[in-house]
Amino acid sequence: MAEANQPLEKAPLRSKDYASSQMVRWCPGCGDYAILSQFQSALAILEIPKEKVAIISGIGCSSRFPYYMNTYGVHSIHGRATAFATGLRLTRPDLSIWVVTGDGDGLAIGGNHMLHLLRRNLDINVLLFNNQIYGLTKGQYSPTSQPGLKTKTSPSGLSDYPLNPLAFALGAGASFVARGIDRDSKHLRNLIIASHQHKGTAFLEIYQNCNIFNDGAFSLFTGKETKLDHTILLESGQPLIFGSEKQYGILLDGHLPKRVDLNNRQYSIDDLWIHDEKDIYKAQILARFFDAPGEMTDTSFPRPFGIIYQEAKPCYQDLQEFHSKETMESQSEKDIQELLKGKSSWIVE
Amino acid sequence: MSETETIIKEEVTIKFAGDSGDGMQLTGKLFTENTALAGNDLATFPDFPSEIRAPTGTVWGVSGFQVHFGSRKINTPGDQYDVLVAMNAAAFKSNLSMVKRIGATIIINTDGFDSRNLRLAEYENADSPFAHIPLEGYELLKIPVTKLTKEALADSTLGRKDQERCKNMFVLGYLLWKYNRRLDNSILFLEEKFKHKPDLLVANRKVLKAGFYFGETNESFTSRYQVDEADLPQGRYRGITGTESLVFGLVTASHKSKLPLYYASYPITPASDILHNLVALEDYGVKTFQAEDEIAAICSAIGAAYGGSLGITGTSGPGLALKTEAMGLAAMLELPLVILNIQRGGPSTGLPTKTEQADLLMALYGRNGECPIPVLAVPNPSEAFYIAYEACKIAVEHMTPVIVLSDGYINNGAVPWKIPNPDELPPIQVKFAVAPENGIDYLPYKRDVNGVRPWAIPGTPGLMHQIGGLEKEDGTGSVSYDPDNHQLMVKARQAKVDTIADFVPDQKIESGPESGDVLVLGWGSTHGVIESAVQQLLSEGHKIAHAHLRHIAPLPNKLGTILNAYKKVIIPEVNNGQLVKIIKDKFLLPVIPFSQIKGMPIFKDELVSFITKHLS
Ligand code: SF4
Repeated sequence: MAEANQPLEKAPLRSKDYASSQMVRWCPGCGDYAILSQFQSALAILEIPKEKVAIISGIGCSSRFPYYMNTYGVHSIHGRATAFATGLRLTRPDLSIWVVTGDGDGLAIGGNHMLHLLRRNLDINVLLFNNQIYGLTKGQYSPTSQPGLKTKTSPSGLSDYPLNPLAFALGAGASFVARGIDRDSKHLRNLIIASHQHKGTAFLEIYQNCNIFNDGAFSLFTGKETKLDHTILLESGQPLIFGSEKQYGILLDGHLPKRVDLNNRQYSIDDLWIHDEKDIYKAQILARFFDAPGEMTDTSFPRPFGIIYQEAKPCYQDLQEFHSKETMESQSEKDIQELLKGKSSWIVE
Repeated sequence: MSETETIIKEEVTIKFAGDSGDGMQLTGKLFTENTALAGNDLATFPDFPSEIRAPTGTVWGVSGFQVHFGSRKINTPGDQYDVLVAMNAAAFKSNLSMVKRIGATIIINTDGFDSRNLRLAEYENADSPFAHIPLEGYELLKIPVTKLTKEALADSTLGRKDQERCKNMFVLGYLLWKYNRRLDNSILFLEEKFKHKPDLLVANRKVLKAGFYFGETNESFTSRYQVDEADLPQGRYRGITGTESLVFGLVTASHKSKLPLYYASYPITPASDILHNLVALEDYGVKTFQAEDEIAAICSAIGAAYGGSLGITGTSGPGLALKTEAMGLAAMLELPLVILNIQRGGPSTGLPTKTEQADLLMALYGRNGECPIPVLAVPNPSEAFYIAYEACKIAVEHMTPVIVLSDGYINNGAVPWKIPNPDELPPIQVKFAVAPENGIDYLPYKRDVNGVRPWAIPGTPGLMHQIGGLEKEDGTGSVSYDPDNHQLMVKARQAKVDTIADFVPDQKIESGPESGDVLVLGWGSTHGVIESAVQQLLSEGHKIAHAHLRHIAPLPNKLGTILNAYKKVIIPEVNNGQLVKIIKDKFLLPVIPFSQIKGMPIFKDELVSFITKHLS
């Protein structure tokens, strides 16, 4: 994506330059607003020319996203944004391509394409807005809804198990897996920037509050009282430490993670697990910190936020020999004629 | 040496049949090559076993190759066989019903009729080999091919298996003698094929000659056949399959339009060969993508088209069904896209290896909402090239998805092909939008006189816009739920497709007078059989004509005038009467269907007798 990073001749773009003139039509209070504004601000920081950005979405509340951006954008069909973006990526190495999707769009109807996009590692950034509900269709449960959740289609409580998106992404072979949340804007913006900078498919799950149909789904991770004890911010090279007074830590006991209380002096900070984004085994353990918020106790593992895993590996499009337009134009007419002629031909007189 | 008489034949159909391992495809190909060089017109069709690795000697393992050649114009790979070559009992059993009742020659390898082979072919009376062969009406030539092959290789150092494997060359040699052909072309081919295997070359050449001289010296074979040169248009020719022809059309369109070709597809019979062929053409600017499913294939092709490539996807019936929603997206985005549908027997998984024309209505109407898409149909392997080229031209110049219908019968069939000169093809005009002059807003859905919107690709400064599957506002392309705007846009999309009729050739008569008793109207792979049947009836003095549709949506101009110039219109189709519905709907004419839905092409004799009934 080198070209997308070229410095501009004109005055630097500001965040609002990336906003389209369309009126944003999400419900007031929806978490989508915060994500949109962090995205615009990330693009401004990255100085990506507007015409070099293509945002592809599927169907759902989050998929209205392209309309609000003054860039190229396609609001495609349900679940297929990843497939659409694949064709664009394979033919246009010069663009900065973003897929904006949701838990229904990207993990239910579009689960297959998501799996294969991650597996192939095309250079595409996926922003998966996870609100654990179908918002646009007015409140049915989604593949990430919590067990027991009462919705229009589960009036007496949901009996499905929820999908773990990060474990899914790692299982599919994703080379960049991260989690952010609408309410932590600066952290989210940094994750968006890191997604762009990653060469390969970046899978960024963003917890997004749907205040209409699933309000408070993430309140445990955002509430003043509960947040610090139930979340952990991952930073590469730093120990896994959390809690309102940074009193808890996580260490590895063999292959098992263990939550410890640093106050009881049995363990010190030096015993803790140091986060290493490049370690796939540790990443898989972190992705498993997935207790249902309703069942979390003082001994549960906190929900991790940040970059869980990042690996430099060749992209699909780099592995394939790419024939640019230039080679195309250098093909002489003779070549095509030779092709049509084939190996053996004869003359009829 | 006995006196042999030479009988002149106008056309002959030969079927080579044997076990998968008997080399019948190669025998057929070599015979075909020799036939082409002898100046005959021809058409061929392979008949692969339906199982991947069926047990040796069983009817499921029979592989065949059919070639129809003549001194007159050859339109199809032939119906019933004049000659059947059966290398074993199973090949004989599974092909006998297709042999002409009178005057046909059956050549059997008696070594493939031992009790083991008869049992594997599930013949009841496995001990008396020929008890069940009805001999009346046939010329039955029993030749111990395997034994004679081994005798010819008596002093060869090859192993027994390798020796036996040469037996197809004996058959080829014998048939070359039987049809008065020269050996040297086939020898040249063997020399090329076995360049690096001198011992196999020596053996195959020896057996080929042995077969030829066997004909010449054997007392019992007193007649040879001669098929004279056909009157083909001058030029350079090559052999081509329908698949290759389609692929070359796409690549030529990419080359002429200077648009990189992007082909995305998911494996499906019988369309997979298109992907196999295109993968090998990366040097021509072709990008291929084997997607995770049919939906991803088409969506990625739309993505490529959005980015400014020539986006193409290919599939067969069940795959087309899966692609329908995305076709609607392409129609709504008004982006160029070509969708190849190589039809097969349906519904559901149906008859994957058999031919059918039953996806016509799906191609025309199988989408939600009012969603017109141009539909073109390939009539035969030669013309697949031109149809594919034209589909790309229409897609790009009219900013629309285009469906091309072909079928397994066309794609797997092969014919001699007059090599086209790309310079003589009409150009494909590509106009990418550029930033408008200062102060004027870019309107992604502002149509030109033909109703076509501009193609603005990402990366172009000043043209940033957002589009999608939601209804568009006329001009701006913004989301619009306005009732009048929706009606306007539905009509505009239809008008854009209808206008294409003014850019394609008017409907023409293929053969026959411009008015008369019967018009036989067809589309797709019935072209050859209709042409043959009409030619025969014309030669018998009937007032009959053949018209064939290459464009089914929109229908070409002048079709109505043509249809009304005949007392009756007969429409033969390998489906339950789908074009019939279209013609009745558009022209309110009482057309007569001739439907055959057996997973096989229509036979000339059957068509002739059906038409004859309506001529009286
Ligand atoms: S329904 Fe929920 S997710 Fe959708 S816009 Fe409203 S608040 Fe946001």
